[in-house]
Amino acid sequence: MSELKLALRLLLRDWRAGELRVLALALVVAVASVTSVGFFADRVRQALTRDAHQLLGADLVLIADHPWKPDIADEIRKRGLAFAETAAFISMARYGEASTLTGVKAVSNGYPLRGKLRVSAGLNLPDNDTDVVPLPGVAWIDARLAMALSLRLGDAVEVGKLKLTVGAILTLEPDRSASFFNFAPRLIMHVDDLPESGLVTTGSRVTYSLLAAGEPEAVSALEKALKPRLGRGESLQSLENARPEIRNTLDRSQQFVGLTALLAVILAAVAVSLATRRYSARHQDAYAVMRCFGASSGRLLRLAALEFIALGVAASAVGCLIGFGAQFVIAGFVTELIGARLPVPSPLPAVQGFLTGLALLLGFALPPLLQLRNVPALRVLRSDIGLPEQGAVLAWGIGVAVISCLLVWQSGDLKLGLTVLGGFAAAFLLFGLLAHFALRLLDRGIKSTARAKGGGSAAPSRTMWRYGLANLKRHARTNTVQIMALALGLTAVLLLTFTRGDLLATWQATVPPDAPNRFIVNIQPEQKQPLLDLFKANGLTPPPVHPMIRGRLMSLNGSPVKADDFAERDRRMAEREFNLSYMAMLPDANEVVSGRWFAPNDAAAFSVEEGIARRLGWKLGDTLTWQVAGRDYSAPITSMRKLNWDSMRVNFFVIASPGLMDAAPTSFITSFHLPEASAAFANSVSQRFTNLTVIDMSAILKQAQSVIGQVVRAVQFVFLFALGAGVLVLYSALLSTQDERQKEAALMRSLGASRAQILSSQRAEFAVLGALAGLLAALGATGIGWAIASQVFQFPYHVNHWVWLAGPLAGLACMALNTWAGARSALNHPPLLALRES
Amino acid sequence: MNPIIDVNRLCKIVPLARPPGEAVVTPAPELVILQDIDIAVMAGESLAIVGASGSGKSTLLGLLAGLDLPTTGSVRLDGTDLATLDEDGRAALRARLLGFVFQSFQLLPALTAQENVMLPLELAGVPGAGELARAMLSRVGLGERLAHYPKYLSGGEQQRVALARAFVMKPKLLMADEPTGNLDAATGAAVIDLLFELNAEQGTTLLLVTHDEALAGRCGRIVRLAAGRIVPDPVEA
Ligand SMILES: Nc1ncnc2c1ncn2[C@@H]1O[C@H](COP(=O)(O)OP(=O)(O)OP(=O)(O)O)[C@@H](O)[C@H]1O
Ligand SMILES: [Mg+2]
Repeated sequence: MSELKLALRLLLRDWRAGELRVLALALVVAVASVTSVGFFADRVRQALTRDAHQLLGADLVLIADHPWKPDIADEIRKRGLAFAETAAFISMARYGEASTLTGVKAVSNGYPLRGKLRVSAGLNLPDNDTDVVPLPGVAWIDARLAMALSLRLGDAVEVGKLKLTVGAILTLEPDRSASFFNFAPRLIMHVDDLPESGLVTTGSRVTYSLLAAGEPEAVSALEKALKPRLGRGESLQSLENARPEIRNTLDRSQQFVGLTALLAVILAAVAVSLATRRYSARHQDAYAVMRCFGASSGRLLRLAALEFIALGVAASAVGCLIGFGAQFVIAGFVTELIGARLPVPSPLPAVQGFLTGLALLLGFALPPLLQLRNVPALRVLRSDIGLPEQGAVLAWGIGVAVISCLLVWQSGDLKLGLTVLGGFAAAFLLFGLLAHFALRLLDRGIKSTARAKGGGSAAPSRTMWRYGLANLKRHARTNTVQIMALALGLTAVLLLTFTRGDLLATWQATVPPDAPNRFIVNIQPEQKQPLLDLFKANGLTPPPVHPMIRGRLMSLNGSPVKADDFAERDRRMAEREFNLSYMAMLPDANEVVSGRWFAPNDAAAFSVEEGIARRLGWKLGDTLTWQVAGRDYSAPITSMRKLNWDSMRVNFFVIASPGLMDAAPTSFITSFHLPEASAAFANSVSQRFTNLTVIDMSAILKQAQSVIGQVVRAVQFVFLFALGAGVLVLYSALLSTQDERQKEAALMRSLGASRAQILSSQRAEFAVLGALAGLLAALGATGIGWAIASQVFQFPYHVNHWVWLAGPLAGLACMALNTWAGARSALNHPPLLALRES
Repeated sequence: MNPIIDVNRLCKIVPLARPPGEAVVTPAPELVILQDIDIAVMAGESLAIVGASGSGKSTLLGLLAGLDLPTTGSVRLDGTDLATLDEDGRAALRARLLGFVFQSFQLLPALTAQENVMLPLELAGVPGAGELARAMLSRVGLGERLAHYPKYLSGGEQQRVALARAFVMKPKLLMADEPTGNLDAATGAAVIDLLFELNAEQGTTLLLVTHDEALAGRCGRIVRLAAGRIVPDPVEA
């Protein structure tokens, strides 16, 4: 018989005996967790590469925050490439009394150059590819806009000064990007209508794109020719760097979700280790006997290795299948975010899954198995000789090394991986230490109360409790592991239930109820007074209106500002156009932290927000030069301000002293609190002033929350794997003491203890374990919540006191379940059998 | 003819843990478990090793089986000096020669009776292990209990499974350490009867460790151990 066949046979027998189930389950959970994320990320990545030109709508896209000079378009046409252009912005779409914020895209004939728009003749009707774009005078709208304004085909939707006929329902826009404002409903119109719309005015933010497509050589020649000609605020996307926002989001969320998946792997590793340890302990006799039969230790190790590898491969395969199924769920949660049709995943993540499974075996099952090799055959004659203690390096070193590699691999970042590893190690250590000391403290407490009682005959039930509590210390090591495992699992649960809710509630509570909830942007100078009059006519207090000037930073202390001088993150900030303002009074919710606010007779000056100053390297006294509409404005920084962003007011990073920029082309912006009862006022504003954009902050917040909600749901789903692994750790930790408990229970019963007495002794022990673990979990969740609130979002965190009750209760519930399962098997085991097995 | 077991001037000495606080300069304390043992067993012979508890019987058996090595002296099994073999070599020798029966049965709890008997065959790569095991279990009277796990078998039945497991390999030499130690007198006697029957059928050399004089008396020869030394037979009263 071949060695493999024998190993498989041994595997089947061990499986039947239930020896390997926890181990296999742990592997399945770990692999499923990793592959679910892996398969999903793979689909998105494939979509990005395979469909890159569709996602781009072209082979090459030039993007600018200002209109392109005609010579670039000419250059594209001259080279014989297909050409199209688009302009995208946010505006109000109106129909009848209703109006809503809409993402408008004005497109030229030929758009998109790659991929196709899909349209239908009405809501929920079958859709088709189309090769054309809306004619001038026509708008295609998406289902959300149709529903928001109750529009049907043929209705006239108003945008700016235009009245466009709804010609089709837009069902797919391949190059629609997943940025924030794109969660607004969509309207596509012809670019020729744009000038008459009156929407492109001073201060309006429009993204102008030029699209090119053609032979690869011609495209890359064009790319080479245009790259050096790009100016400030202009960028170029080609197939290689298409859709950086999706790529970044993907990379970041994959790191995040991937690390969540690794939480399951780490917990599974603990379960694998515990389960294999138990396997080794239970197989010592078998190994000794087999060595007596003449099997060499090397051969036995080989057989065991084969057996475990076979198990690992089978479990990994099951895990991959589950992971494959699970990725559909993840994709389901975030389809809106991705907004693209995803291809079938490649088999690559499965390879990753198998590697993870086998790595876990190597790191955490191998050391205990290697131990078995050292079982002295002499054990058959003298059962008192057992395994020598294994060196810590071998026992844990391999495992820690394997986990580190997995973490670094998964996060794709050495520093991040090691940081997370350190975090986990610290959490494990902290929980372990706390559990250890708590157990010792308890033990001392019990001993002293026992002494105080003077050893008099206590009530029998009390005795059983004492016996149970004494067990706490006797099983100190496994109990510590049990507490650690349960505490980690519960921390995750509490974080996702209590802490998440608390964070949201705390944050919402920081926003005062009368905080502004509407912004109006694009107000032209001549509209300022009529708008304020409209406020008065509707019985509303006219809000402060601030000038807003769009300028680009040209130089700092006389030396030109180059994007390359900044770190990746800050580059966009330095590159893009700033919203500047000027005013005499320090606005509300602003606080000068250094320097002095403008005094009436001061020379021209700027006041800047301290955060942006830090990021862009501005100091008090530095001279900033801004370019607005071709003219430069220079002045020194005379004050730094701190902003309260929660105030929801209009805030400016850079404010000029009055007089300096008054001549620059300006639009105005205002924010105000609109009571729900007067919500219709927003509609009359957009009806009167068609170019104005009224932004409903609560709607945007809702959208943001729904986006966050999608990601949270995906993360939560992946957390389920971690939870499953946590339960397995708990179970395997329980199993590792079960043999001993069973023997004790049998012994006690043969000495006359009743079922109830044994149960109460186990209850005592588990109650303490569960409560301790729950308490630690509450501590962990609160700590993390505090860290997130104060470090990431920077608002004070109010501890929810219920968590201190919920944690221990949940711990007790878990333990009750475990006791029930464990004790049942111990009690249903006739004492005779348990004693005989020993 | 060469003896199948040949023990020469065998000693087993183990170091003892130094009592705490004792000066390191004093020589490390030692425990002499076996001293100057000479035994020769011819093929087909049956030999009993008797002695009080703690006299070193199990230790000697372990040395004879090559599970452990003597401190001094030598053990030759079927002409091979165990000291010349490494651990794997000794295992191979055991696989070729030895069968074992233990006081605590040592059946694998996760395996059925039949699988327990199959295990040595499978490890040796003998084809038809299942059939052979079944036949052997029928021979020891457990043909109906093939699929039962050890914990559902009585002590006597378990020891019969262990006998089947030992004899299914047709070993040249069978070593038994207190095979009736965990059984009541009647069951023990039945197991011993079976042991001697199988022994006779297969012409196995038998090495039996026991403190039961009656049982020892059924063997062809008796070696008595006391405090780690071979002592002469007591004079018949
Ligand atoms: N490695 C060792 N280290 C210390 N002492 C040992 C070691 N091996 C055996 N002994 C001791 O040697 C003595 C003989 O042990 P052994 O098991 O051979 O006795 P035995 O004759 O089989 O006794 P029993 O009839 O009770 O089984 C015992 O006192 C035992 O404790
Ligand atoms: Mg003994």
